Amino acid sequence: MEGERLASQARSSGLPAGGATGESPGVDAPLLGSSGSSALLQAEVLDLDEDEDDLEVFSKDASLMDMNSFSPMMPTSPLSMINQVKFEDEPDLKDLFITVDEPESHVTTIETFITYRIITKTSRGEFDSSEFEVRRRYQDFLWLKGKLEEAHPTLIIPPLPEKFIVKGMVERFNDDFIETRRKALQKFLNRIADHPTLTFNEDFKVFLTAQAWELSSHKKQGPGLLSRMGQTVRAVALSMRGVKSRPEEFMEMNNFIEIFSQKINLIDKISQRIYKEEREYSDEMKEYGPIHVLWSASEEDLVDSLKGVARCLDQCCKATEKRMSGLSEALLPAVHEYVLYSEMVMGVMKRRDQIQAELDSKVEALTYKKADTDLLTEEIGKLEDKVECANNALKADWERWKHNMQNDIKSAFTDMAEENIHYYEQCLATWESFLASQTDLHTEETSEDKPESH
Amino acid sequence: MEQAPRDPERQLQPAPLEPLGHPDAGLQAAVGEEAEGARDEGSGEGTMTENNFWLKKIEISVSEAEKRTGRNAMNMQETYTAYLIETRSVEHTDGQSVLTDSLWRRYSEFELLRNYLLVYYPHIVVPPLPEKRAEFVWHKLSADNMDPDFVERRRIGLENFLLRVASHPILCRDKIFYLFLTQEGNWKETVNETGFQLKADSRLKALNATFRVKNPDKRFTELKHYSDELQSVISHLLRVRARVADRLYGVYKVHGNYGRVFSEWSAIEKEMGDGLQSAGHHMDVYASSIDDILEDEEHYADQLKEYLFYAEALRAVCRKHELMQYDLEMAAQDLASKKQQCEELATGTVRTFSLKGMTTKLFGQETPEQREARIKVLEEQISEGEQQLKSKNLEGREFVKNAWADIERFKEQKNHDLKEALISYAVMQISMCKKGIQVWTNAKECFSKM
Repeated sequence: MEGERLASQARSSGLPAGGATGESPGVDAPLLGSSGSSALLQAEVLDLDEDEDDLEVFSKDASLMDMNSFSPMMPTSPLSMINQVKFEDEPDLKDLFITVDEPESHVTTIETFITYRIITKTSRGEFDSSEFEVRRRYQDFLWLKGKLEEAHPTLIIPPLPEKFIVKGMVERFNDDFIETRRKALQKFLNRIADHPTLTFNEDFKVFLTAQAWELSSHKKQGPGLLSRMGQTVRAVALSMRGVKSRPEEFMEMNNFIEIFSQKINLIDKISQRIYKEEREYSDEMKEYGPIHVLWSASEEDLVDSLKGVARCLDQCCKATEKRMSGLSEALLPAVHEYVLYSEMVMGVMKRRDQIQAELDSKVEALTYKKADTDLLTEEIGKLEDKVECANNALKADWERWKHNMQNDIKSAFTDMAEENIHYYEQCLATWESFLASQTDLHTEETSEDKPESH
Repeated sequence: MEQAPRDPERQLQPAPLEPLGHPDAGLQAAVGEEAEGARDEGSGEGTMTENNFWLKKIEISVSEAEKRTGRNAMNMQETYTAYLIETRSVEHTDGQSVLTDSLWRRYSEFELLRNYLLVYYPHIVVPPLPEKRAEFVWHKLSADNMDPDFVERRRIGLENFLLRVASHPILCRDKIFYLFLTQEGNWKETVNETGFQLKADSRLKALNATFRVKNPDKRFTELKHYSDELQSVISHLLRVRARVADRLYGVYKVHGNYGRVFSEWSAIEKEMGDGLQSAGHHMDVYASSIDDILEDEEHYADQLKEYLFYAEALRAVCRKHELMQYDLEMAAQDLASKKQQCEELATGTVRTFSLKGMTTKLFGQETPEQREARIKVLEEQISEGEQQLKSKNLEGREFVKNAWADIERFKEQKNHDLKEALISYAVMQISMCKKGIQVWTNAKECFSKM
């Protein structure tokens, strides 16, 4: 359909006709102003935001509630809505397990892209079967995210990994990149599964279970992008207004997320930098040990000592590699996810502001125009409900998000500390055993008491 | 330990000095613990262990370094560093030490001393001086000679040098060395008066000159190879170590950034705030711990550097032997050719080419008187040559014997010192690991409380 094609073009603008390599290449976003030496990966965050803006706008039909989802919140009145949106009772027993693996390259005449295998295991009744296996590409994830945002504009949707890396990758999608992305995609889906509301979203279910052609046809339903795009300009104008009338608690929220975003970005950069330094340290260490072995070839009496030191250095080098892989498994992806998450939250705040602004502008219209007061009043009524709903949804989800964030950060850093402890313990053991071997020989050989130099 | 040859006649080069036999002479040092003592902070003390020949122990320390300005040979102002050398004699019985001498020397004077020793003791592996300019630096260290850390490390290196000389069974008895420690003024003149610069074989300065020796001594050839290898491998090691230090510095210091950011972040967090803040503090501790760690490692690098320079000294002995051998072969060759000439003149046959032969052919035969005269001259030269060859041979054998004795001594010292150095390196690493475990355990605790 027309709308759909435009959508795919808007989201992945500039798809070259002649065989693009890699997934959904888009426009190069400007670098976030860091020097060449420190920037290893630069998120294409801005680009992602632009997409979000397109999808941010709500179609006039699904303004209040998501009619498509099996969400437990089927409000009849604002009051009952408030009661519904307390996410205290998270599902203690997970009944939906999702894995993302087996990246595969697909080549067509137009493009090359990668699909991932998604396996879902579930005991839920709503699902026709207990196990599903499908293949999805990044575009499909983008679609899903868009649908979720559309359905729940003021819920904090989990972030997707970046579309692509801006800086110097000769081979656009190398193994490291794909692996990092795979892990992030898996996290994305599991976060949705863990979310008390999002987990019951219909599009989510379709994403997990439908075969390729089923998904395509499902995608074509729903309001076209054209109508959504028309709202964009207005949305921007509205959000400016919404900021001014923001209630206190959301001001606090906003302040928090702004500072948090700053700090988590810094931490992301620092962590990446540490990884880089450790990699360079490890590279140098690889050369360090062997020199001692080389030396031992010309020293009869020092062979044991020199080879011993070489062994220790090699062990330490291995330990460093292990520490690095620990970092890249736990800390780096966790911190980076929260960099993206903070962007999402800021987007959610904006959307809330926009909803509020819509209401405010109608109220203003009412005070100035006397005509159509009935219509306006009705509209205002609806909008007031909408605002209330949005605010409550956000408040509850905010608490949940913060709680998760604290746990995730805590666990990521505790992990990092453990990796470091383990690293030093390993190194300590190897040097101590060397020292023991030397001092044993030492006391055997010499008759004089020579004090060991410290 | 080898027996020190006490008879000055048996020393290879006639030294322009009397044997040190004065009971009052402050310097009657003995062999001993020099390396370890030099590694202590502050004024290192080289306590000498008792060697049955010597009556008094002495302690030498280079205790201070001072920036000075003065006028150099070209009457231009210059800044240099002067080092205070203190000598103490230790009473045998009660171990108390008395300051006997104290004077200031600059690096160039140390160099002069060493150059003198190199000329007068060619068969000795003369201890090296610490480097003139900072090399193998990793980026944080400055290569500036005036940098206080460099000056400090040089002070230790100079002290180590003096202790090495003082504990060498032969070198310790040298008068110029004694005067270096005791006579501040006029010492330079005294050294120069020995005329050692003239004795110095200028050929040795031509480092790349090769002397084609027909019968090289295998042992010295091997030793030369060994010294080349030692130089090469230690240089390589020092270079990589410097790079490793650089990287390690980077890893530690970047963690310091966590401290700042955690602290700022903690301001907006209610529950996590305290944990973040205190974890950040530990990150700062971690980041700053690297400075001491690397400073210690620098001392280890200095220990290796000493042997890098020792390799050079070893090589010098080989070179001198090579030269000696070359001279010997040249002298033998010269003698042989003179003998041949003589024979030819006597018998009247000309088998070998000679200028005289050519001129004779061209300008006519010489008279029998002339020929007799020439034969006589040649015979004198031959006799002289035979004497010289004999003494050169003797010299050569003495050199080889004494050199090998010192080389054996050196080998033992080297093996001992390097082993100790490697052990001390391990100790440093262990300390670093323990510190790391502590800091990260503390940090982990803070994180888990968040």
